[in-house]
Amino acid sequence: MTLTLDLEIIGMVVLWTFLFGYIMVASIDFGAGFFHAFSLFSGTNHILANVIQRYLSPVWEVTNVFLVFFFVGVVGFFPKTAYYYGTTLLVPASFAIILLAIRGSYYAFQTYGAKEHKGYAFMYGLSGLLLPASLSIVLTISEGGFVSLVDGSPVLDYWALFTSPLTWSIVLLSIVASLYISAVFLTWYANKAKDYKAAAIMRKYALIWALPLIITAGGIIYELQFHNDVHYQRIFDLWWMFALSFLLFVVTVCLLWIRKNYGLALILLLGQFSLAFYAYGISHYPYLLYPHLTLYDSFTNQAMAISLIVAFLAGFSLLLPSLYLLLRLFLFNKDYVEGNRSS
Amino acid sequence: MENETALQFSRWLTELTLSFHIIYATLGVGVPLMIMIAQWVGIKKNDFHYTLLARRWTRGFVITVAVGVVTGTAIGLQLSLLWPNFMELAGNVIALPLFMETFAFFFEAIFLGIYLYTWDRFENPRKHLLLLVPVAIGSSFSAVFITMVNSFMNAPRGFDIANGELVNVNPLQAMVNPAMPTKVSHVVVTAFMTVAFVLAAIAAFRLLRGSDHVYHKKSLHMTLKIGLIFSIATAVIGDFSGKYLAEYQPEKLAAAEWHFETQELAPLQMYGILDGEEVKYSIKVPFALSMLAHGSPSAEVIGLDQFDEDVTPPLYIHYLFDFMVTIGMLLVLLSLIYWIGTARKWEFVHSSFFRWLIVLGGPLSILAIELGWWLAEVGRQPWILRGILRTSEAATTNQNVDLMLLLFAGLYFILGVGTIVVLARLFRNNPVEQELKDREAEKGGDEY
Ligand code: HDD
Ligand code: HEM
Ligand code: HEM
Repeated sequence: MTLTLDLEIIGMVVLWTFLFGYIMVASIDFGAGFFHAFSLFSGTNHILANVIQRYLSPVWEVTNVFLVFFFVGVVGFFPKTAYYYGTTLLVPASFAIILLAIRGSYYAFQTYGAKEHKGYAFMYGLSGLLLPASLSIVLTISEGGFVSLVDGSPVLDYWALFTSPLTWSIVLLSIVASLYISAVFLTWYANKAKDYKAAAIMRKYALIWALPLIITAGGIIYELQFHNDVHYQRIFDLWWMFALSFLLFVVTVCLLWIRKNYGLALILLLGQFSLAFYAYGISHYPYLLYPHLTLYDSFTNQAMAISLIVAFLAGFSLLLPSLYLLLRLFLFNKDYVEGNRSS
Repeated sequence: MENETALQFSRWLTELTLSFHIIYATLGVGVPLMIMIAQWVGIKKNDFHYTLLARRWTRGFVITVAVGVVTGTAIGLQLSLLWPNFMELAGNVIALPLFMETFAFFFEAIFLGIYLYTWDRFENPRKHLLLLVPVAIGSSFSAVFITMVNSFMNAPRGFDIANGELVNVNPLQAMVNPAMPTKVSHVVVTAFMTVAFVLAAIAAFRLLRGSDHVYHKKSLHMTLKIGLIFSIATAVIGDFSGKYLAEYQPEKLAAAEWHFETQELAPLQMYGILDGEEVKYSIKVPFALSMLAHGSPSAEVIGLDQFDEDVTPPLYIHYLFDFMVTIGMLLVLLSLIYWIGTARKWEFVHSSFFRWLIVLGGPLSILAIELGWWLAEVGRQPWILRGILRTSEAATTNQNVDLMLLLFAGLYFILGVGTIVVLARLFRNNPVEQELKDREAEKGGDEY
């Protein structure tokens, strides 16, 4: 395989990286919402609420911007995607928007405005499960076979989509992955906050979700061979990346099992998911939508590409120190994490 | 024409989402500036009331930001979902400011998070105030960038079309188009103005109902002073916007003014009704249209006779324009009277009648924002990209837009009611007097 460093590739790598960032922070958020709601009903709320609230409060808006960045960037770098995906995704994307809207605003209403309310918490937790499911539909559609051109306009075949085992394995993976990622993160975070009771519960959740994670991930690769053989073969060309990812996964679980070094476990988890995510991306190359759209025929013009990249570099150099400040104040600040300093 | 229904519903959904988002967006642009001013005055004068003002505004602001963010996310995606052909074309030319806008959001979101959770973390309150600067810059620049996109739709520049292909794309030229200066400045200034009047309305309402505390009087005084400055700026820049239209989009101006025949010494027709091409019952101000369009009473103003029927915008935008301008003028007057009245110690400006007028000013200024946008957007019809792409050619071919319209209408209803209920509860459960008392107890009463 040869990858030359085209502008197309630079653009895609940037966007893919932001999507990865979104998936990580949003998974933590989605999972945390679920665990929070679950704890209300299982009576462990008093243990978990603090840790979850303290992490989520200052960062939820930032999480959302990662998503906005991704879709605005895609339309900027690959305007044709607006045409193909815009036309076909109306219904699934609208559902995702509505869920995001309810989730985001009710989080704010509840945290800053009203008192704790079981109904809100339940909605919040439920939307945390539905969101990864509805967002992941985009990945399924990109595998091709669900979009056909009718009179030159793309049309989505809902029946094929919802009866495909591939769809459901991707949906399952997305839910399980967000629970797993969130649980590992919160184990680390709670432990850092010296909240050992919460850490113990989260560790248990992380271990519970580890096996389903690997089964669903394997399931997708299995399903893919029936659905998109080209992509399936390319995944096999990259077997070593997936194998490495699996290895990291095993070590993470072992660390959790023996209750050692949760920080390292979290880093390995990031490694595991980034390897799998980039390997998936590379194997998808050059298609943005099988078989209609590739990176190259959807790319914007040279002038726009260059100005977007320049804007990105300028913006990023502003962003990085600010993000660092945010993390330092809230994620890595001992007093804040331990709850000695609040608003 | 099978696409007629999808087009119609796409229009309604776009109108609905934008009209809803713009309320929160306007607050989002203006409130950080007001908080900044109040907190600064509080530090300067060492007056805790202003600091508390900043603090309480911030609490409300968090709620409106949340809804602003989620509705903004909705419109951002809907542009591609509902207008895929437009975004495909626009993405090639005007993606740059859209992309830069996300950095402005990032910046704002990060520092807002920090600001909110660090009220009592700094020894020196100035440091805390400093955190607000990037928030205000971020939100103002998101307005600047998105308005650049919108001005591009009104005056597309920075590319050529050869054989149906886009060539010679120049993203900077597309951003800095002729509509940009007036549009961006009018939008930003009206946001500041609106927020000043909305906050003044809240203060006046508290004075009418509830308490006569100096806290509210200080708030009213400060916001109306700011309101006066920005409402004058609004009118001045609005006048420039008219001159821009006369030069680059004369059909929009002519439709807004019911100006049918090209003529010199053109009069301005306010209100009235239309009977064929005859304007009845209007208030006629001689030469005023020539003044508005070109700054000279004798100048020639292009009328609708110069345009084909099928590129003429709907004529009802006349009312949108007139009501917007009327509101603008009334609010200048209102804040001016207040200002002169307090300087000269007129009792009148502290009467409940006058305070009710101030309360009215809040909703009116928001209404003016909506009217202005409807004027600008409907006045661009039938074009989505003026002169290049028609709205009817840009819409999606997806047939489910009607269902989505219903869903989103439901969503905005819930969000709108939620905002009001939560804001009301937030401030009712924690009245100013109580908070001031708590503070005094804490500080040992060295501030009043
Ligand atoms: C508080 C709100 C407010 C007030 C009091 C005014 N405006 Fe305005 N106006 C807007 C809020 C607004 C806006 C929402 O910001 C618009 C919509 C789109 C835009 O560019 O700005 C707008 C658009 C707009 C346009 C159309 C620009 C275009 O389509 O390119 C013109 C000609 C004016 N305004 C002129 C005025 C004048 C002469 C005013 C006299 C006082 C005035 N406006 C008051
Ligand atoms: C936020 C304030 C805005 C409001 C209230 C608003 C309102 C409207 C309205 C009423 C229409 C329908 C016109 C008609 O079909 O009769 C419209 C159309 C549209 N506007 Fe705006 N608009 C706003 C800002 C923007 C901005 C900043 C953009 C672009 C970045 C934009 C993009 C569009 C598009 C794509 C359409 C659909 C095509 C059309 O009907 O012209 N709008 N908007
Ligand atoms: C087609 C038009 C528009 C689009 C696509 C759009 C897009 C967005 C998006 C995606 C967000 C959420 C960003 C986040 O996650 O933090 C947002 C929020 C915001 N938008 Fe819009 N917007 C539009 C119109 C406008 C207009 C006309 C203004 C200003 C006059 C504006 C000002 C803002 C502000 C200040 C926020 C931040 C939220 C807040 O502070 O309340 N937007 N917008």
